[in-house]
Amino acid sequence: MKNIYTRIFRGRSGLTNLGLLALLLLVVLPVALPIFRLNLVGKYLTYSFVALGLVMLWGKAGVLSLGQGVFFGLGGYCMAMFLKLEASDPISTKIQSTPGIPDFMDWNQLTHLPAFWMPFKSLPFSLFAVFAVPMLVALIVGLAMFKRRVGGVYFAIITQALALILSLGIDSRQGYTGGRNGITDLRTLWGWDIRAPHSQVILYFVTCFLLLLCILVSQWLLSGKTGKMLLALRDREDRVRFSGYDVSMFKVAAFCFAAGLSGLGGALFVLQVGFISPSLVGIVPSIEMVIFAAVGGRASLYGAVYGTLLVNAGKSLFSETFPQLWLFAMGGLFIAVVVLFPDGLAGVCELLRKKIGPGLEKLRAGRSVTIVESLAKGEKP
Amino acid sequence: MLLAYSAPELWSIFVMQGFSGLSLFSVLLLMALGLAIIFGQMGVVNLAHGEFMALGAYTVYLCSQLVQNHAPALQPYYFVIAIFVAFVAAGLTGLLVEWSLIRFLYKRPLDTLLATWGLSLIMQQAFRSTFGAREVTPTLPGWLMGSFKPTPSIDIPINGVFVMGLTLLLTFGVWLFMYRSRIGLHMRATVQNRTMSGAVGINTRLVDRFTFSLGCAIAGVAGAAFTTIGSTGPDSGSRYIVDTFLVVVFGGTASLLGTIASAFGIAQGQSITEFFLEGTMGKVAILLTIVIVLMLRPKGLFPSKVRSA
Amino acid sequence: MSSRTSFLLSIEDLTVSFDGFKAVDALNLYIEKDELRVIIGPNGAGKTTVLDMICGKTRPTGGSIKFNQRELVGMAEHEIVRVGVGRKFQTPSIYENLTVFENLEVSYPQGRSVLGCIAFKRTSKILERIQKVAEEISLQDYLEVEGAFLSHGQKQWLEIGMLLMQEPELVLLDEPVAGMSPAERELTAELIKRICKGRCIIVIEHDMEFVSRIAHKVTVLHLGKILAEGSMADIQQDSRVVEVYLGH
Repeated sequence: MKNIYTRIFRGRSGLTNLGLLALLLLVVLPVALPIFRLNLVGKYLTYSFVALGLVMLWGKAGVLSLGQGVFFGLGGYCMAMFLKLEASDPISTKIQSTPGIPDFMDWNQLTHLPAFWMPFKSLPFSLFAVFAVPMLVALIVGLAMFKRRVGGVYFAIITQALALILSLGIDSRQGYTGGRNGITDLRTLWGWDIRAPHSQVILYFVTCFLLLLCILVSQWLLSGKTGKMLLALRDREDRVRFSGYDVSMFKVAAFCFAAGLSGLGGALFVLQVGFISPSLVGIVPSIEMVIFAAVGGRASLYGAVYGTLLVNAGKSLFSETFPQLWLFAMGGLFIAVVVLFPDGLAGVCELLRKKIGPGLEKLRAGRSVTIVESLAKGEKP
Repeated sequence: MLLAYSAPELWSIFVMQGFSGLSLFSVLLLMALGLAIIFGQMGVVNLAHGEFMALGAYTVYLCSQLVQNHAPALQPYYFVIAIFVAFVAAGLTGLLVEWSLIRFLYKRPLDTLLATWGLSLIMQQAFRSTFGAREVTPTLPGWLMGSFKPTPSIDIPINGVFVMGLTLLLTFGVWLFMYRSRIGLHMRATVQNRTMSGAVGINTRLVDRFTFSLGCAIAGVAGAAFTTIGSTGPDSGSRYIVDTFLVVVFGGTASLLGTIASAFGIAQGQSITEFFLEGTMGKVAILLTIVIVLMLRPKGLFPSKVRSA
Repeated sequence: MSSRTSFLLSIEDLTVSFDGFKAVDALNLYIEKDELRVIIGPNGAGKTTVLDMICGKTRPTGGSIKFNQRELVGMAEHEIVRVGVGRKFQTPSIYENLTVFENLEVSYPQGRSVLGCIAFKRTSKILERIQKVAEEISLQDYLEVEGAFLSHGQKQWLEIGMLLMQEPELVLLDEPVAGMSPAERELTAELIKRICKGRCIIVIEHDMEFVSRIAHKVTVLHLGKILAEGSMADIQQDSRVVEVYLGH
């Protein structure tokens, strides 16, 4: 039992972090926000899955990927394909020239469903694909890159290229993928209407629970030797190799894990927002997701969530009131986070804790000497 | 696909696509030259490189507006001067950026990547706020317009030839500078062994500043050249940034020859496939090919053979 | 004269060239079990390169390296480590952010795959072993100290300790006493002589006094080739060695 306490929940401080986040997501926000805004938060939370993956991949394993949008998109498209097929049954589409296929295929004069769409008629397969497809792609790319010692900046650029390739590829093949408009007009999940307000609330809570679960799983993975290995790997990759570890497999594993998380995020996004398009797959969203992780503190799991929420909330607020200034602020945020606050929010919290913490400790211990007195005596509080 | 055309038609297509490919090659090479210096030589990833190119283009546009409004008689002559102005403007901006931002991040390449992305957002918005969101074009001098026709079915645009000529000139200039001048020697020395360079009296900080500014200045010229073949908008820079990085990485970052070969190959490949597959699909095919090749040969076509310490 | 097959490490015709420059030229080297071989020579002689090739960091352009009858050339670094070769680098290469205990734990030859790491449990067997090795390298009182806070000499010892955790049969030490005080050098000499039992050790060093204290046999390298080989006494009297390296 103690083992679970330390390994999954990370002891007292971990439990506090978990509790605070759970309180915020499960109680405070649902009570304070109207359904419309709650749905927005739900959307932001799906991005935070990607940020979470980035914390594991970049913050812990030291590998920066600028193409996580690829995996978010792949997961999202898998879910969207299932939902679209469900919404394109022959009865609803009887006015099309070819009923029974999605509307955009009909507009593009396709007469039958392309082969790669067929398996997505099945919900179990689609759910499996949401994880499997991104992770498979990550496995292939990861093996190809990491076994050849491609890392750092080169790897980042290639992931950017992959994001570009996928977004352009989807964009150009309108008949097969919905093209630039994406896949829209999604209605039901196995008969359950996903657009109704009460469904949206349910989906919000589902997202929150899955997110908290993923955080716990990540913590468990990082506890024990794996966490130390990743730290060692980030520090001194060579030495790890010469201690008998196949470094590339660790990076591949981290990459696949991050891909799976992103895929899940993508699927949840589709369920909550009701569409997917290549604009969520390309370079710009991929780099933005990195900034979510960076603002939260690239090595902090909880930071990923707070960072995502903060940046996106700021984006909504700003672009509503000062649309011209928003990009300046965003650009400035990138620079600030890199130059001034490399540890993001988590770092700021850590700093505050160091300053206020000892003071709180003394109060708690019931010492009669106040902080001011000790300062006057020349001691550090 | 290919069989749909007759042999002389195919030949004309190849020649014309070849020339349009050469235009693309010029732009890619000009952008890649600046980037090869900054990234290849210094290891600094400047994701705002495209924006320096756009800066050069906008500078030429400004010159064009100035000339039109105040000295229309200079119309046919201003362009070449505008190119110099673009060079200087981009170079000075690069200097400012290096001094205020880049120099704090030399040991942290991934962070430089993110910071320069932020810079590119800022620059893009600055362009948008100053020049508007719509694309602009400077008024090009008369001698750049039109094309010449060696045969009835082959149409070679003059601006394409001009850009190519400018590219060759600049490439030669860069090579001369890097490998035949004293400053170029200092630059290469600093990159290869910073401590020793400092020990023999080279001011490595200044060299870094200069190297970065030079790379940006060359991007500015790329932008000026770009105005002859396309219009300029706030996000024109981001259109080619990934391609440019791939060109540099594909060619092998340490080799000027590699950059040239890579830019040529990629531009031509893209141009020809774009004709036969519909537009974007052509680009996707080329990008995919490059990425696959890079996965097999991560060091690029002409990898550096120096044994690192 | 023992037959070829009884050597723990046999290097034959080993060559590596970088862009035409032959750093190591058709080298032949044979080392037996329980032997402590020291390789000396002027800078650029190819000493570190030979170690690089044994542990897989550099790929030779020709020749073979057989360890326990197994060909090492072409194997990946981590595979070579798992086969029983341990390398200590010229500049101390330890995990600065981990404690001495964790440094040693991470070097334990178990749970070295991704799944192995996740499933890894800190058993008493491992704890005992860490304690034992820590005592060997005189760091038993520093187990909870982070690597970054050790002195230079202690870092060197920690790295040797990390090697010992792996239970290697072949130990490669690259300048193990560089930057150490004379007292530390003595302790290190004792340590190296102790761990020699049941293994073979190759040491690269420049400190001749240290070398004469530990070496069973000395090989002198010059310009990628063997200049001379023999006991320390033989080497010190060899005129070619004196001229090229030792001086008068």
